Amino acid sequence: MKKPLLLLSVFLLVAGCASSSTWGWYVIDPTTASGWTNVKFLISGMGATIQISLIAAVLSIAIGLLVALPGLSEKRGWRLVNRVYVEFVRSIPLLPMLFWVFYGLPIVFQSMGMNIPIDPFWGAIITLAISDSAFTAEIYRAGIQSIAKGQSEAAKTIGLNYVQTMRYVILPQAIRRILPPLANQFIYIVKMSAFASVIGMQELTRRANELVVTEYRPLEIYTLLIFEYLVLVLIISAGVRWLERRMGADERG
Amino acid sequence: MPDAAIELVDVNKWYGTFHVLKDINLTVASGEKVVICGPSGSGKSTVVRCINQLEKHQKGTIRVDGVELTDDPKSVAAISSEVGMVFQQFNLFPHLTVLENLTLGPIKARGMSRKEAEEKARHYLDRVHIPDQADKKPIQLSGGQQQRVAIARSLCMEPRVLLFDEPTSALDPEMISEVLEVMVELAQEGMTMVVVTHEMGFARKVADKMIFMDAGEIVEQGNPEHFFTNPQSARCQKFLSQILQH
Repeated sequence: MKKPLLLLSVFLLVAGCASSSTWGWYVIDPTTASGWTNVKFLISGMGATIQISLIAAVLSIAIGLLVALPGLSEKRGWRLVNRVYVEFVRSIPLLPMLFWVFYGLPIVFQSMGMNIPIDPFWGAIITLAISDSAFTAEIYRAGIQSIAKGQSEAAKTIGLNYVQTMRYVILPQAIRRILPPLANQFIYIVKMSAFASVIGMQELTRRANELVVTEYRPLEIYTLLIFEYLVLVLIISAGVRWLERRMGADERG
Repeated sequence: MPDAAIELVDVNKWYGTFHVLKDINLTVASGEKVVICGPSGSGKSTVVRCINQLEKHQKGTIRVDGVELTDDPKSVAAISSEVGMVFQQFNLFPHLTVLENLTLGPIKARGMSRKEAEEKARHYLDRVHIPDQADKKPIQLSGGQQQRVAIARSLCMEPRVLLFDEPTSALDPEMISEVLEVMVELAQEGMTMVVVTHEMGFARKVADKMIFMDAGEIVEQGNPEHFFTNPQSARCQKFLSQILQH
């Protein structure tokens, strides 16, 4: 996994250095003053990307649980609420949803007499959170359903109500199966946050776009952009693997 | 009958079109020990699961301690505090220690203090003869020990009635007797018990009333002596001859 990646970056570097007519690394060369300014400009989008992703992930985890629970009900009406939400949200591509939230939702609010402006930051977060929540809901549902029915029956016979059963018996066991896929989902959010650039959010991708417009060096700048996401995702993956190991060890013990 | 701990009147239940329970009438007096046996699929577990509302019956009346069981959450709360249950698969909570398994109900459902709940838990662990395993996880115990923890967990809720759904069927043979021994002791102390089991030795020793079920009906009921020596129905005779052979 690491070898081809290394080879690729070596190839790109060599190709870039060997024929300066196609590559112009000077644009992001940190040893020159202008190159260093450009690099700083590009990397400064990192904070926004991380913020958007983190807040959206936390919201998605909360909304996902709220959506998953009715899906586990014995009552058909509740299950229907879950199905409709999951199927509907899952079917909307992220970009149209982003446009709808950013350009459309304020108008909806206005027509209801509320003046709630939506800035690019929250527009991106709301869209990412809702879009992702359909998937986290399914992760929760699968995780909770994998816990044997006898567990909730035993909880009932010692007098626990629904909320207590979930909190003390089911979720602590299900969390081991839920956390790793949930963390994977976080990677998805980080990547999808790039769409926030189209509504003007100053994050990694937007910064790259803006620099390309002034410097006319898309190849070098987008290459760096890709490596920026790569670094972010690699860090998260390492976290996920650490988490999985910990959970696995816990389960055996 | 005011003294009846459990009363089932004309209870019927269907799974879809399958008629699992047919006109079940059964009274369990306070302090009485009732053993239910019968071939698999006869509905004996379903009777027990209806009594503590893990399953809903569609027709007829079930009263626990005089309270009729309905969909009303109050009735569900009422039975869960009166009726304890021991499952075939133990159903201990694997992520909690033995002690936490025992104190969860008293603390969360009863609002008891942790200290008081732990004292009670240790008292009942002592009674099921495993005082030294309180801090282990269930998976570190043998099957027989796990089932005794499950019994202790039910006892911590101080139920009026204890239901057993084939409590020894998932156990290795050498562990059955340690569980039965605890059950016999409970019976001798006057606990009201409804036990679904094929352990006929246990039944002879403690049962006040034997019930034989087949195809969703109570085919025969009576005192154990009469039941074992002189069963009336052909189905019961056949069943007894099959399970008492060895």
